[in-house]
Amino acid sequence: MSHPDAAAAFLADPARAAWHDAALWHVRERRDAAAGAVPGWEALRERAAAVRRYALAHLADHLEAFERQATALGARVHFARDAAEHNALVLEILRGAGAKRVVKSKSMLTEECGLNAHLARAGIDVVDTDLGERIVQLREEPPSHIVMPAIHLRRAEVGALFHERLGAPAGASDPAALAETARRHLRAAFLRADAGITGANFLLADTGGVVVCTNEGNADLGTALPRLHVVCAGIEKVLPRAEDLPVFLRLLARSATGQPITAYTSHFHGPRPGAEMHVVLVDNGRSALLADPALRDALACIRCGACLNTCPVYRRSGGHSYGTPVAGPIGAVLAAARDPVRHASLPFASTLCGSCRDVCPVKIDLPRQLVALREAVRARRGDGPAVRLGVRLAAALLARPRLAEAAGALARRALALVPEPLWRRTPWGRARARPPLPRRSFRALYRGRRE
Amino acid sequence: MSEARAAVLAALRCARAPARALAPWTPPPAPDALPLREALARALEGVGGRLAVAPGPHALGEALESLPCFAGARRVASALPGVARANVDAGTHWDARDLDGLDVAVVPGRLAVAENGAVWVDGAALPHRALLWLAEHLVLVVPADAVVPDLHAAYARLRFDGPGFGVFVAGPSKTADIEQALVFGAQGPRTTTLVLAGTPPT
Amino acid sequence: MRVALFVPCYVDQLWPEVGLATVEVLERAGVEVAFPKAPACCGQPFANAGHAAEAARLGRRFAEAFAGFEHVVGPSASCVAAVRELAHLGGAAAALAPRVRELCEFLVDVLGVASWPGRFPRRVGLHPGCHGLRGLGLARPSERMDAPFDKVAGLLASLEGVELVAPARPDECCGFGGTFALREADVSVRMGLDRLAAHEAAGAEVVTSVDPSCLLHLRGLAERRGSPLRAMHVAEILAGREPPP
Repeated sequence: MSHPDAAAAFLADPARAAWHDAALWHVRERRDAAAGAVPGWEALRERAAAVRRYALAHLADHLEAFERQATALGARVHFARDAAEHNALVLEILRGAGAKRVVKSKSMLTEECGLNAHLARAGIDVVDTDLGERIVQLREEPPSHIVMPAIHLRRAEVGALFHERLGAPAGASDPAALAETARRHLRAAFLRADAGITGANFLLADTGGVVVCTNEGNADLGTALPRLHVVCAGIEKVLPRAEDLPVFLRLLARSATGQPITAYTSHFHGPRPGAEMHVVLVDNGRSALLADPALRDALACIRCGACLNTCPVYRRSGGHSYGTPVAGPIGAVLAAARDPVRHASLPFASTLCGSCRDVCPVKIDLPRQLVALREAVRARRGDGPAVRLGVRLAAALLARPRLAEAAGALARRALALVPEPLWRRTPWGRARARPPLPRRSFRALYRGRRE
Repeated sequence: MSEARAAVLAALRCARAPARALAPWTPPPAPDALPLREALARALEGVGGRLAVAPGPHALGEALESLPCFAGARRVASALPGVARANVDAGTHWDARDLDGLDVAVVPGRLAVAENGAVWVDGAALPHRALLWLAEHLVLVVPADAVVPDLHAAYARLRFDGPGFGVFVAGPSKTADIEQALVFGAQGPRTTTLVLAGTPPT
Repeated sequence: MRVALFVPCYVDQLWPEVGLATVEVLERAGVEVAFPKAPACCGQPFANAGHAAEAARLGRRFAEAFAGFEHVVGPSASCVAAVRELAHLGGAAAALAPRVRELCEFLVDVLGVASWPGRFPRRVGLHPGCHGLRGLGLARPSERMDAPFDKVAGLLASLEGVELVAPARPDECCGFGGTFALREADVSVRMGLDRLAAHEAAGAEVVTSVDPSCLLHLRGLAERRGSPLRAMHVAEILAGREPPP
């Protein structure tokens, strides 16, 4: 479904759409308050942007350094060219350790690769342990936000789900009580698990460390108990040095939720004694993005979600309307870059207002990238002969002042004659009154004034 | 699969992203409107944590036992000596899963960060890192003179040489995934208390 | 001082009063206004729709028409921002870009105008418009943490009797976005209606902007809905016009 059609369906329930919009705006306000409390916030963004671009400029070197260091610490590092290789590798690692019951903390990369479905087909049960992720997993739907996966759901809906699947009493809707139900359920999963899969917020090239940030502690419960820890990470997650971390950690949670820091910021340097740690580094189109000067900055993304929260379009259409695991402005860029045919509507799902660029902790120029992708979509799709002719004619007309003036006068007269019911059938006229149509253009009036 | 490795690294090098240098940089100064301890207390409250003070080294045991989370606690583990109520030996010969249901865990923190209430816990100081998440209530004991203004100052004091685990703990386990309602004790500890131990430098 | 007037195609055709008001404001500021024969379009709609080649062709013709003028001034922030973007074409377009300004920007930055003589005893809601705000830097966007400033509000606030009201989400996009209004019609309408509601709730009688495209979109929605809000361009307010009935 194209974004406009999905958005129309979302907006067909105006009360719910308004609730969703207000909820996300509230997160944006919390972000503003948190950012405003940090002296030098804009200087931090500038530095973060520079560090990420530096890291990307020397990505292969940094990945090799990470691999060297992590291996010296006792971790096994693997590379995967695409989603299929990633899925096959993870399955092989799990099988190698005889793991059957797997817990997984939030990893947009594993969503991107469709890992859960692949493992399920191989008979391996994966429990997503982030509460929001678990909710959407039980509902068998994708997350609608990269940081708050279940932001599109009301408490009563979560209550109904937990009643049906987790034994919560009928009609339960108190968030604390529901969270308690989930806590018991997930604790059991942690105690049973024989492997824990995590994503990585940052990979440290100089120390070989893996940094994972959560509020719940689910990445930690999932890796402190089982003998096997598998990290699934996009190759772009590398930072050159551990000493770069504070810049990012000061920006990340504030940008994402308005908290000064997540409850847990875990630094894994190699496996626990007697345990096994694997890191799977995934390309899946990232090297292609790196090769595109117009789009390579999108790889700087630290997945904070601030661009989703600030986007007036995302707030009013919801994450599912994007048809891709990562939604909102960055999601539109990544999806349309990967598949401009399937995601042709996404670069146009934006007014190019620029708010996303201003909240991005690493200063990705998302609007510019969306415009570049519009050109790419058009080039891929090719325009029909009618469109090509129409665009050439329009441009030729507008380039010639006298012709344009004549055409304008004609158009105004014609527009005035359109009957109201027909006007109301046009995309513009459906919701807007006809503009007053002046008898004379500015050019004509100005000429008259001069004489 | 070293074929994949070679292919990925080659693809990245082929991408010809223009080389860059990274200039040296000084972080912005930390806010100094409040004294460190007060800033820490505010930040900790903001992330749902609690602050307590044990004025002298001998007062630690007393200060701990007077914490609300100890009331009614049946199973207590401590990675620090001098906690009389500790009755669970969380030594590494235990399967960490047996720590499930622990009421209180007392662990040492290396430093506390005033801007965000975070405490750095070094995994090497713990018999098992699972203590941090399996306990219903967590108590972090930090030397009173180990409060730093911000994360830049914190990382200046941390070293990552060799294998190990470390974590910044900022308040209790929490979630707002259900309609943005904040809930503590999402998966891990329901309360987290930071105890500053010993007298701070004048 | 002599400036060339840049009146965008849709202002020329649909809202000529804005062009006239702009001329009056400039003349009152002591500036001589010329109106060279230029193409009716700078190319922005083509660029944003992904037709970069046509946009470039139009952009070059456009730039050549203004080659002889030290200052070019226009009442549309989005069009001025688009012309500045043409700089990447090089040549006449690159030379033009730093010389083009939106009206208030010109008054404040070039003429050093700090206050504007005149009366406007109404409650006014200022809609910044995203191109003026972030494209031209006319004010500090609400998500940024640098020192606040607002060139347009500064001028408006100096008028006698005016009361600038503060709507919720003061700089949220109105949802026009050019072809967005047609491609994503439902979201566009929703965004516009939300803006109107915010200004109404803040008690505005008049909603104003330096972007006529935002105002045409908001005005159309307001009229269909029977809203009491009246849309006026900042130039019309500065030129001493009354709100429309």
